[in-house]
Amino acid sequence: MSAPGFFEADGRTMSRGTVLMLMGPFFALVIFVFLYPLGNLLSISVLEPQPTLEHYQRVVENPVYGRVLFRTLQIALLVGVLSLALSLPVAVLMANSRGPKAVFLTACILLPFWSSVLVRTAAWAILLQRNGIINQSLQFVGITDEPMTLLYTQGAVVIAMTHVLMPFMVLPIYGALRNIPADYGRAAAICGAGPLRSFWEVTLPLAMPGILGGFILVFLTALGYFITPALLGSPQEIMIATLISQQMRENLDWPFAAALVGVLTLIVTVITLAFSKVFRFDRMMGGRA
Amino acid sequence: MNPRSLLLNAYVYAVLVFILLPILVILPMSISESNYLTFPPEGFTLSWFQAYFGDERWMEATWFSVRIAVLTAIATAVIGTMATYALVRGAGSMGTLFQALLIGPIVVPHIALAVALYLFFQSTGLSGTTLGYVMAHSLIAMPFTVFTVAAALSSVDPALEDAAMSCGASRFTAFRLITLPMIMPNVVSGGLFAFIISFDEPVIAFFLAGIRDKTLPRMMFDDIEQNLTPVIPAIAVLLTLLSIAVLIGAGLLKRMADRRAAGVQES
Repeated sequence: MSAPGFFEADGRTMSRGTVLMLMGPFFALVIFVFLYPLGNLLSISVLEPQPTLEHYQRVVENPVYGRVLFRTLQIALLVGVLSLALSLPVAVLMANSRGPKAVFLTACILLPFWSSVLVRTAAWAILLQRNGIINQSLQFVGITDEPMTLLYTQGAVVIAMTHVLMPFMVLPIYGALRNIPADYGRAAAICGAGPLRSFWEVTLPLAMPGILGGFILVFLTALGYFITPALLGSPQEIMIATLISQQMRENLDWPFAAALVGVLTLIVTVITLAFSKVFRFDRMMGGRA
Repeated sequence: MNPRSLLLNAYVYAVLVFILLPILVILPMSISESNYLTFPPEGFTLSWFQAYFGDERWMEATWFSVRIAVLTAIATAVIGTMATYALVRGAGSMGTLFQALLIGPIVVPHIALAVALYLFFQSTGLSGTTLGYVMAHSLIAMPFTVFTVAAALSSVDPALEDAAMSCGASRFTAFRLITLPMIMPNVVSGGLFAFIISFDEPVIAFFLAGIRDKTLPRMMFDDIEQNLTPVIPAIAVLLTLLSIAVLIGAGLLKRMADRRAAGVQES
């Protein structure tokens, strides 16, 4: 780039007025459909019927709601760990492949990324139903005589959510791996490190921001996930998103639903701020850092 | 191939089977004569596609979703490109605020957003309206569009605009005649992504829809929850074709963008 000089003064620098004009529609949108509605909802949680913290007290003190919260954290963590175990090798192979193989692998990851969540959830409902393929295969192989109850269980929720969210982890890890210069691996080899040691001591630490970023993205998304648990989960073992929906639409207990949203929002905000260094959206899409 | 990379390949292909199998299993069920979703499919029929295309409620929901998605794509591409342009041309502290607000709707769960909009839209009469959906969908699609546009804008040399402006062009003219044509493929693919995000959005639709004004994902949710008819596999075929078309479209646009960037560097 050119040094600061004659052209830059009137050429490149925008006045604050121009910036405000260009960003104005975005700010207006964010205020109108994000900041104000969310702020309004959270204010209900502490102001209705009078200024109070009783709704938050209920979330913490009632063991039923405590269990929902604990179960949600547990499932989200499990989905995150499973996604990582499945994503890391895929991302490694993607980063090391060239030509048609690289295109094929990328397509296999991007197709589910851009295909309907409802279609994929319905597919799992069909696979896991009583007379579904998985039960048929299990009976055929002789693992079980009777069809097992697979649908409407926590297991179904974990498997389907891992399936839906996994591509979100592959892309940031792949992005981080691709940014590591090939020289580093060669240097490690020249110094006598085998492929495993070179991966463990050179590649993995350098890819850590991508791995951590992808993990947190999947974990946070799983925490507030609604569709898959609502359709495949057990009504006795609901997650927090389903609880919020029930309180909002069926019990019409808006202040309590708002308090649940408050707890969920607090958790994701704290985690995001704690990891703000690795949690950068431009990396989430697999782009160059 | 040495044993270690053989192992890696085997593991990865097993994962790919896990990723693709559910989609590959649901698609053939769309042509099965059976009323139940069994595998392998029995016989051949197109009646489930007829059931979808012939049913007024499915068609109304589909067109409602198409209208919302097209408007969301346009709104997101225009608003996102304007803001991203200011961002990469030095927005200062406002740029920091922009980036913080951009990531907000990604981090805050859609269920929280949906519940908040449910209350707010009820009191403003925006529930179930096209405008309400378009605004909500634009918000959640915006980061994807901004990222796509920013990738192209950051590779445009600002000196090109400076040259135009020193020849007397206004900033707007310089942007319209120099920068916009160069980033156009990415603006379009950013809009394409916004289209598909809006068209597939199930959570906000679950809360905002009334009895009549249901989007396609909302209709699908109800069908899956209640009786899971073979109409769902038929729709799955159509939606998968749409996803493939969008992916190919985005790939072609990327190739076009690369060629344009290379062309500018040569000349």
